[in-house]
Amino acid sequence: MDGQTRDLPPLTEGLKAASQDELAHAFKEMLRIRRFEENATRAYTRGKISGFLHLYIGQEAIAIGTNLAMREGDRIVATYRDHGFALAQGCDATACMAELFGRSGGLVGGVGGSMHFFDREKGMWGGYAIIGNHVPLAAGHAFAAKYLSDGKVTICFLGDGAVGIGPTHEGMTLAGLWGLPVVFVVENNRYSMGTPLGRTLPVEDITLRAQGYGMESDRFEVTDPFQVRDRLKVAVDRAREESKPTLIELLTYRFRGHSMSDPGKYRTKAELDGFRSRDPMEMTRRALIELHGVTEDALEAVDEAVIEEMDVAMASADASPQPVPEHRFKNVYVEE
Amino acid sequence: MAVLQIREAIRDAMREEMLRDDRVFLMGEEVGHYEGAYKCSQGLLKEFGEKRVIDTPITETGFAGVGIGAAMCGLRPIIEFMTFNFSAVAFDQIINNAAKIHHMTGGQFHAPMVFRGPNAAAHMLGSTHSQAFDTFYAHIPGLKVVSVATPKDAKGLLKAAIRDPNPVIFFESEVQYGVKGEVPEEEYLIELGVADIKREGADVTLLCWGQSVAIALSAAELAQEKGLDVEVIDLRSLRPLDEQAIFDSVRKTNRAVVVEHGWPYGGVGSHLIARIQEECFDALDAPVLKVCYEDLPMSYAENLEHLTIPQPSQVLEALEEVSYRG
Repeated sequence: MDGQTRDLPPLTEGLKAASQDELAHAFKEMLRIRRFEENATRAYTRGKISGFLHLYIGQEAIAIGTNLAMREGDRIVATYRDHGFALAQGCDATACMAELFGRSGGLVGGVGGSMHFFDREKGMWGGYAIIGNHVPLAAGHAFAAKYLSDGKVTICFLGDGAVGIGPTHEGMTLAGLWGLPVVFVVENNRYSMGTPLGRTLPVEDITLRAQGYGMESDRFEVTDPFQVRDRLKVAVDRAREESKPTLIELLTYRFRGHSMSDPGKYRTKAELDGFRSRDPMEMTRRALIELHGVTEDALEAVDEAVIEEMDVAMASADASPQPVPEHRFKNVYVEE
Repeated sequence: MAVLQIREAIRDAMREEMLRDDRVFLMGEEVGHYEGAYKCSQGLLKEFGEKRVIDTPITETGFAGVGIGAAMCGLRPIIEFMTFNFSAVAFDQIINNAAKIHHMTGGQFHAPMVFRGPNAAAHMLGSTHSQAFDTFYAHIPGLKVVSVATPKDAKGLLKAAIRDPNPVIFFESEVQYGVKGEVPEEEYLIELGVADIKREGADVTLLCWGQSVAIALSAAELAQEKGLDVEVIDLRSLRPLDEQAIFDSVRKTNRAVVVEHGWPYGGVGSHLIARIQEECFDALDAPVLKVCYEDLPMSYAENLEHLTIPQPSQVLEALEEVSYRG
């Protein structure tokens, strides 16, 4: 036991500063995302889910920390790796799973699938699957917020693979030029699908680009949800109070492949194990035990409850019928 | 009635809608201080200020996307492309975001907005600035597509397009901005999806829209001299398409010709012909013909460009051919 403890990375300042309630909440919410996606993996293997399924496992602290930095009415604009954000925003787990199953009870009625989660009421504004093309949209949401003076902030996520493509550059150019209340967050998980950064980025520090867009920037290795919350909050406040955009680069890691079809052979086991040992969810769990004396049994009970919730969600999703045939004609045009 | 140029009718339509609805704004390259590359926004910056008449850098995918994102929040953007040729670099925004957002979000979001600007060949602009985008956009479910040929239609259809809850592609033409015509003094809208019979006739139906309307009317005059009574229908809207007007006319004349600014392969004209043969086969006395661009990139040289673009004389030949004359 002692030997193991010595090898574990130290708990971070964010974890030390958080209250037990905050830790317990964040741990449970991260666990919900992970168990949801593990169920999705099983369902995919059984043929219940088809198409693309991009897992967020390993990156959950970002969605949870972001949610904690937001205010009612703020908007998340995410990529196709969007399940974590939807659950963090409070979207119904059954509706999320039913969407993966292509059922009528899905988050968008079964027409979107894994890559297009939207829930307007929860601040979940997508779910986009053409790399970079949501960056101008996010700038547009921020443009509207400024036009309407409604104080809403847009937080736009993109991957390290999205920084080279045109719309990213144009969206950020306009956000900087017009002083739009938006936060661009690059989730740098070190691989653009199967290609490591060294072969996709001329300069690995993505935030160096911020200067050219007239933006403030921030860059850090994600350790825990509270660190994400606190660092994002600075940018969210800057957007809301000064109407200025920020470019943030979060260094993170996905424990699974790019999608279900990717075994991730381009990464070494040592690299994966290194990141697993610093898994922000596991670190949060350790903080509950080491700093607050929470027992393994108590945390096991939390896990059991989450597993139960996600199993029920999966069963309920499976009970939801396929959309009726006429449903495909719906929402092609707005009829007045 | 006032006599206006098309550019003035477009300006008046935008101005009236901006006065009517605070959510309407105009965004594009040179729309503000320069007052539009083709002066379609003359006076608007002065009247509405920089909040609502917004000059952009040269970032078509950027400002098209900003427009869509703003429309999703309830604003009513008018996005001007200096030419639709430049919309090619915003194509993804239009077809993947504007056209699909309502459907792909299960109806939670929609994009009430207009993308407008000149389309198709003008005069000696070379291959990259002379393309017709009608077919590209009319192909996409989720978009509406309008093409105008007169000041009255330009104003009435643009006002309707701005109020439409869907994304509307609104085609104008560099060579038609100076075309004059009568425009009613009182407010009016023209419903999208209703064709206009420009000229009634008994012998042949001639379908046209946008720049091809003038060609069609010239050809109909030439045909009249030869004793052919041509019915000219300006479609005005390609999506929704006024199929009933087309079919009614073809069932009356039993013959049809399409004149189109656009390439022959898989185009709007090809679609119209397919629909006519599907619905009016028994009424047809001759194969339906199409007069359009030659299947080539546009040349700059004046003589070569002239040869590539449909001319009234060629339309006349087609009218005579379907009538078994000449």
